[in-house]
Amino acid sequence: MTPKKIVYPYIPNSEPKIKAQMLKDVCASSVDEFYGDIPVELRFNGQMNLPAPFTSEYALRRHIEKILEKNKTTKQYLNFLGAGCYQHHVPAVCDEINSRGEFLTAYAGEPYDDHGRFQSLFEYTSMMAELLEMDVVNVPTYDGFQAAATALRMACHISNRNKVLLPDTLGRDLLSKIRDYLKFDIEIIMVKHNPLTGGIDLHHLKELLTPEIAAVFFENPSYLGFLELKGTEITEMAHSHGVICIVNVDPISLGVLEPPIQYGADIVVGDIQPLGMHMSYGGGQAGFIASRDEEKYVMQYPSRLFGIVPTRVKGEYGFGDVAYERTSFAKREEGNEWVGTASALWGITAGVYLALMGPQGMKEIGEGILYRSQYAKQEMSKLANVSTGVFQAPQFKEFVVNFDKTGKTVAEINHTLLEKRIFGGKDLSHEFPWLGESALFCFTEVHTKEDIDQLVSTLKEVVA
Amino acid sequence: MNNITDERFTDGKPNLRRFHQARWDEPVIFELGQPGQRGILVPEVDEGIKSQVGNPLKEIPDSLLRKNQPQLPEISQPAVVRHYVHLSQETLGVDCNIDVGQGTCTMKYSPKVNDQLARMVEMTELHPLQDESTVQGILEVFWRFEQILKEISGLDRFTLQPGAGSAAIYTNASIIRAYHASRGEIDKRDEIITTIFSHPSDAACAKVAGFKVITLYPDEDGYPDIEALSAAISERTAGLLITNPEDTGIYNPRIAEFTKLVHVAGGLCSYDQANANGILGVTRAREAGFDLCHFNLHKTFSTPHGCGGPAVGATGVTKELIPFLPVPLVDFDGSNYFLNYDLPNSIGKIRPFYGVAQAVLKAYAWVMALGAEGLREVAEIAVLNNNYLLHKILSIRGASAPYAKGKRRIEQVRYSWEKLYEETGVHSDELGIRAADFGVHYWTSHHPYVVPEPCTLEPTESYSKEELDEYAAIIENVANEAYSNPDLVKNAPYNSTVHTINNHPLDDPQQWCITWRAYKRKTQQVTA
Repeated sequence: MTPKKIVYPYIPNSEPKIKAQMLKDVCASSVDEFYGDIPVELRFNGQMNLPAPFTSEYALRRHIEKILEKNKTTKQYLNFLGAGCYQHHVPAVCDEINSRGEFLTAYAGEPYDDHGRFQSLFEYTSMMAELLEMDVVNVPTYDGFQAAATALRMACHISNRNKVLLPDTLGRDLLSKIRDYLKFDIEIIMVKHNPLTGGIDLHHLKELLTPEIAAVFFENPSYLGFLELKGTEITEMAHSHGVICIVNVDPISLGVLEPPIQYGADIVVGDIQPLGMHMSYGGGQAGFIASRDEEKYVMQYPSRLFGIVPTRVKGEYGFGDVAYERTSFAKREEGNEWVGTASALWGITAGVYLALMGPQGMKEIGEGILYRSQYAKQEMSKLANVSTGVFQAPQFKEFVVNFDKTGKTVAEINHTLLEKRIFGGKDLSHEFPWLGESALFCFTEVHTKEDIDQLVSTLKEVVA
Repeated sequence: MNNITDERFTDGKPNLRRFHQARWDEPVIFELGQPGQRGILVPEVDEGIKSQVGNPLKEIPDSLLRKNQPQLPEISQPAVVRHYVHLSQETLGVDCNIDVGQGTCTMKYSPKVNDQLARMVEMTELHPLQDESTVQGILEVFWRFEQILKEISGLDRFTLQPGAGSAAIYTNASIIRAYHASRGEIDKRDEIITTIFSHPSDAACAKVAGFKVITLYPDEDGYPDIEALSAAISERTAGLLITNPEDTGIYNPRIAEFTKLVHVAGGLCSYDQANANGILGVTRAREAGFDLCHFNLHKTFSTPHGCGGPAVGATGVTKELIPFLPVPLVDFDGSNYFLNYDLPNSIGKIRPFYGVAQAVLKAYAWVMALGAEGLREVAEIAVLNNNYLLHKILSIRGASAPYAKGKRRIEQVRYSWEKLYEETGVHSDELGIRAADFGVHYWTSHHPYVVPEPCTLEPTESYSKEELDEYAAIIENVANEAYSNPDLVKNAPYNSTVHTINNHPLDDPQQWCITWRAYKRKTQQVTA
């Protein structure tokens, strides 16, 4: 018995009679004719060895659900992990808008097809611009890592120099990304940190700043959680050598913290995942790059930049690509880096988030996070042999906790926390051996006093 | 009572739709709302925390405290929803049009069930640094999907980290660089060869990775020119980055000779499989001699395009290049899935964490709904649809399909309206704007326009015969208008959300307005 021919729901013309009719219409005896240019020796013979499909939607759903049920979620466990991906509340409206089929399935149409896509991304960049107090923001790049790496390249092009300074407290993954991205033509020099505050060591910075340096890059808050307190001093020192200052920032902090332009940043970068994206195991990342509206900066962006323009009808807003000729779409390898699919839907979503939050919401969430992280730090500092004073600087939502004196490794502590349904802080012992047995704990508006107290009381048992 | 249905047909054929796109004349979001309105309230801080901490701002130095509130809009929640629903309605996604007009983009249907599965909390509420024992499900999805890609390509390992096709091309270029560096040859090997009908990113990403780019032009019949390749190859050749079938829809039958020539010269060959949809299960990277390849999961594997991401550029290599892949890989020891960082020559990280996991999940679900036979059906129907549409378009006055005369095409066709332009003065991009009046996309080509007055259409497997007929009828109508009333076409659009845009300010630094605050400053508008 020959197996029943499947008519695939996703493939309308898989219906045999239609397929036959279409072949006839184009005077082909079989589909093999279409592959006439593919030499026989390159043809794949037989059928690929793939798992048997779940052809009904129900069976497929059962299969996927069964696999995903093996995951333990941050809804089931208390989560204190951050380190670049953050558990914040995602407003229902964010999910509603980015689930709309029109946005979800659109792509690269012209403004006459996709006016709404252009406007919503223009609005996203415009709201980010208000948060950052900068006049230029790009359509999102892949993630904050890419934004940082691209900004460093932009600075080298703008200054016509090829050395960059990075703080030695940078997360190792970001450093790895930057090293790969700059490896063939840009020299990376690490600036030491001030052991007390964690911030950039100004003496070392002074030694390193020369007219050969294109950019100094720093973070606020830093990967290790502390705030950089010397932003103004760093940028003034850098600017006196004509060095461009790039600051990596957590956008959700900017309802309470100064935007970096206020302490001299020339380019600001970061990841918008906190602004309305689920963590999705790292799938919610998207990067932004922002600067002043200066031609020499704008012309170095590789990303698309959407601008607002008039149409032939009075009072009608139109949108289009600004300075398209700088892109690889226009000029291939003569354009800036490259442009392509990145993370546009997350840009639209972050726009929705900022529109919902407004200035008051951003202020309250920033304060709420500060409250919780400070409370947690105070409570954890009461634990015997546990140190929260690795850096004498305030934090935003994350801080380093050292467990050296407990005689236990972070791995051991986190293992026990896991048994108590808690995801403990990110283990830093491999990433920064000089921090000993330390972990990076993260607190956001999702944590209640009860959650934090539970963490602290559990830790107390674990380290006892 | 009229027979309304009959009135919708002329000579037995359905009339063109009297389409009009949504036109809400929507204000910019900063014009909405009133001071004090709120879109959402944030979680209250527990009293116990408040009383213990006191003022949380007191720890922050004054120099770091924000002085001026951001000038964000203040809008109620229903108004935010309505605004964005209006904007979504003014966007032509695959879900609302016969999206064959964005050639090279593989605008296929993205199954709804996959979107629903990706919104399960077991997917969305996972932190990427959770203990591996708590993420066995998603790691299993990564691992299983990698096995599928290995079979589809014939290559030996994949990373799912790169954030889309161009990031994957860059990753491949970076691996090629690291490979030659490991052999002490990178100073000597500094040239990458590509073709003009490969995506611009094949050239652009190679440049970012530090290579000089040599771009081959096709032979007279539109095929990649093997003599040009031979002339370009030297001891400086680091690699070949090439698409096949190319954006013209033409498959390079001598591809194995191309890869062999590059290998003999000591270079590596990387396959940009952005156009893989029409050859799934038909021909593979391995047999054609490639060392590296990539697939765009938002194209061939149906994860939605999302207005341009998030996405995955799945990047595969042969065994010899596995040590150079980005870390970590997802491995399976027979009982557990785990992240493997043990790659001695790894280029390091391409993006944070491991890739857009929910896109991997959707791509996996898509394959698992189809299986090997279904994937082959995808390819065959996509190619059948393409050749069917080719047949229809070529019957339209003024249209042609340059190159490969009398041959079939694979995944798409790059057409030319050169004749129509010569006879009417109407450019291809003007035809495209007029097509928007009928509710469909239409794309010309990447630059430079090697094919004069280009137009690139890619039907994929997702559209029915009737829909292809409808799309062709729209194009025929627009072409006929160009002949009968060229000004009608040149003054389009009429039924779009907006009217003809004044693009001039977009290229003038004094006038361009990349954000609303720049617009307010440059137009000296008083803040509302």
